[in-house]
Amino acid sequence: MSTLDTFRHGVHPHGHKEATKGLPTRRMPFVPRYVLPLNQHIGAPAKAVVKAGDKVIRGQLIAEPVGFVSSAIHAPVTGTVVAVAPRRHPDGKLVPAIEIETDPYADQALPRREPLDWRAMSPDEFVRSVQQAGIVGLGGAAFPSHVKYSIPEGKKATRLVLNGSECEPYLTCDHRTMLEHPDKVLRGAEILGQHLGVTETVVGIEKNKPDAVDALRAAAATGKWGGNIDVHPVEVKYPQGAEKLLIQALFQLEVPTGQLPLDLEMVVNNVGTSAAIADWFDHGIPLVERVVTVSGPGVARPANLIVPLGTPVIDVFEQCGGLLPEAEGVVMGGPMMGQPLGDLNVPVMKGTSGLLAFTKSELDRPTEHACVRCGRCLDACPYFLNPSRLARLARAERWAEMTDWHVMDCMECGACTFTCPSGIPIVQLIRVGKSVARQQRSKGK
Amino acid sequence: MGPIATALAIMGGLGLFFGAVLAVAYRFLRVPEDPRLEAVENLLPATNCGACGSPGCHAFAERLLAGDAAPSGCTVSAPSAVEAIAELLGVDAGAADKRVARIHCAGDKGHAFQMAAYEGFESCRAASMVSAGGKACSWGCLGLADCQSACTFGAITMSPEGLPVVDPAKCTACGDCIDACPRDLITLVPVRQPLIVQCSAPLTGEDARMICRVACDACGRCVNDARPGLIQMRNGLPVIDYGDLGFTEPGPTLRCPTGAIQWVTAKQFTAEQEAKSHGRLG
Repeated sequence: MSTLDTFRHGVHPHGHKEATKGLPTRRMPFVPRYVLPLNQHIGAPAKAVVKAGDKVIRGQLIAEPVGFVSSAIHAPVTGTVVAVAPRRHPDGKLVPAIEIETDPYADQALPRREPLDWRAMSPDEFVRSVQQAGIVGLGGAAFPSHVKYSIPEGKKATRLVLNGSECEPYLTCDHRTMLEHPDKVLRGAEILGQHLGVTETVVGIEKNKPDAVDALRAAAATGKWGGNIDVHPVEVKYPQGAEKLLIQALFQLEVPTGQLPLDLEMVVNNVGTSAAIADWFDHGIPLVERVVTVSGPGVARPANLIVPLGTPVIDVFEQCGGLLPEAEGVVMGGPMMGQPLGDLNVPVMKGTSGLLAFTKSELDRPTEHACVRCGRCLDACPYFLNPSRLARLARAERWAEMTDWHVMDCMECGACTFTCPSGIPIVQLIRVGKSVARQQRSKGK
Repeated sequence: MGPIATALAIMGGLGLFFGAVLAVAYRFLRVPEDPRLEAVENLLPATNCGACGSPGCHAFAERLLAGDAAPSGCTVSAPSAVEAIAELLGVDAGAADKRVARIHCAGDKGHAFQMAAYEGFESCRAASMVSAGGKACSWGCLGLADCQSACTFGAITMSPEGLPVVDPAKCTACGDCIDACPRDLITLVPVRQPLIVQCSAPLTGEDARMICRVACDACGRCVNDARPGLIQMRNGLPVIDYGDLGFTEPGPTLRCPTGAIQWVTAKQFTAEQEAKSHGRLG
């Protein structure tokens, strides 16, 4: 293995994955109430096709996509729609959502459907089918997957990259998916590979998951799955799971700013998403549940759970023995890029990879000091930006200059804040600058 | 000649040559400028705030000379200065309705419900990105004073309960606070129309009252009590037609169950204002 199997810069946070990486995924029991915000994905919110009082069955379409960059939503449970009204979104805002009350006497079986004949589908039909399945990127960003699978005129994909680099500390949901369902992951890759017309499938997995590498290699060696599959271990570093950085690690190719992996003839896909694709085309199961890692020092019994979408966070923690008395804060997603929750009644969404409970010692913010010009943030930034300068420009409210310093290339991985010895909230300041830049762009200034 | 004398001669010669070039340029390449421009500019406040719609006071002075603007377009100048400019240019000062920035949220610490505490750095914009600042209302004021720091004229102060209070005497309606607010809670309102809706939550009924005690629950009483057409219910909020300043009266505020619509003649959110408000719960 060459030392080149990674990107340049980045940081090494402690993994904290021991608590859950050996725990098989368990199914979360059904709870009495589910809330499904209509904007679970990046892009336009879906439009509800049910109203209060409607009976829905598990897997039924309840909200349809609006426009191309949008995705469908399906009932995670058999029951009755009690409201289509504003509900609390994990980002803290009140947004339109569908609330479903579970029917306690229903068998909650997913309707068995015939496998979809994806080989007979035209590229357009395939893309629309994925959109109707409500499948979005399950790595955390929840970008509608079908957008990635629609290849514009004049472009082509020669490589499919499966992203098994779960670089956020604590999270083990992708790790468990690869261990427990390697066949499903590769089946999804086969379907996608055929649709995209790729010649090679590369799975990028960090070296701290050797069992996952073995599992996928064993599954690939059976020869059951079409396509040329290469399972490629990469270095353990944060943020290795960012798709552009995974491409850099695997092929030593840089995706230029403003361009997409497709410009290098690649499509990058999370391993969990690949498994969801297999479920949809082989069994007609839309995205109604996902694997969530519940961990952190503030939870009684950490677990990897298959959670129906829309389950209130508080119920997920109850399933794991509840929050410990010393728990002080809960983060949805990973500790580096996840969002802190202000309310535990918010639902699990399509992009929820983890629910982490922390105690005071992890949540304490360092005292802020003046920048000592050490340059560590520059050595941490995987996009070779100057985080320290961007933070100072944000403090001075010099927004236009931040754009000149390429603030929009920042993916907000937080490596700069992680590494700063002066405790400066660098990425938080940069996020403010990005929000102003986006606002000014939308106002056409 | 010694080297020093040579140097002096060269430098002196160069000086004379460029001096001559400048003298010729001054005579033949001169751009005639209206002498009144400087006079007008001296009368303007030199704050370059942009409230008049021009990029700075010099540009506004040019528009004044060209007759594209009336002296009263400068909302920052004192009336005496406006008069002086009008007299200098021999034009009518024009009548501009004084406008001030008004906050469309009254959900301070005592009235709006909080679901969590925001502990990041003090900026509304930063807070709005972390669990909506911990505020139960997704539309309300975060109270971290981004507008106060954006105000060039010191017209905004934060009340002890965490709401920005605009001093109408100091506000020049430049609009800087409007851009600073991440929740778009500030608009410029003509002072001649004291009716103000102090809520921006598009929720109705119980949903609205659950997040804030002074939220508009869209009952529509103010619409019925106002002159027809003055107030319209749009998206769960009363919208006042500020283009219509013919006749104003506080009637529409009287039956408001939460005090979301107010009759404000001076500063918002002051003790006197609270005392005057009708029907406010709690």
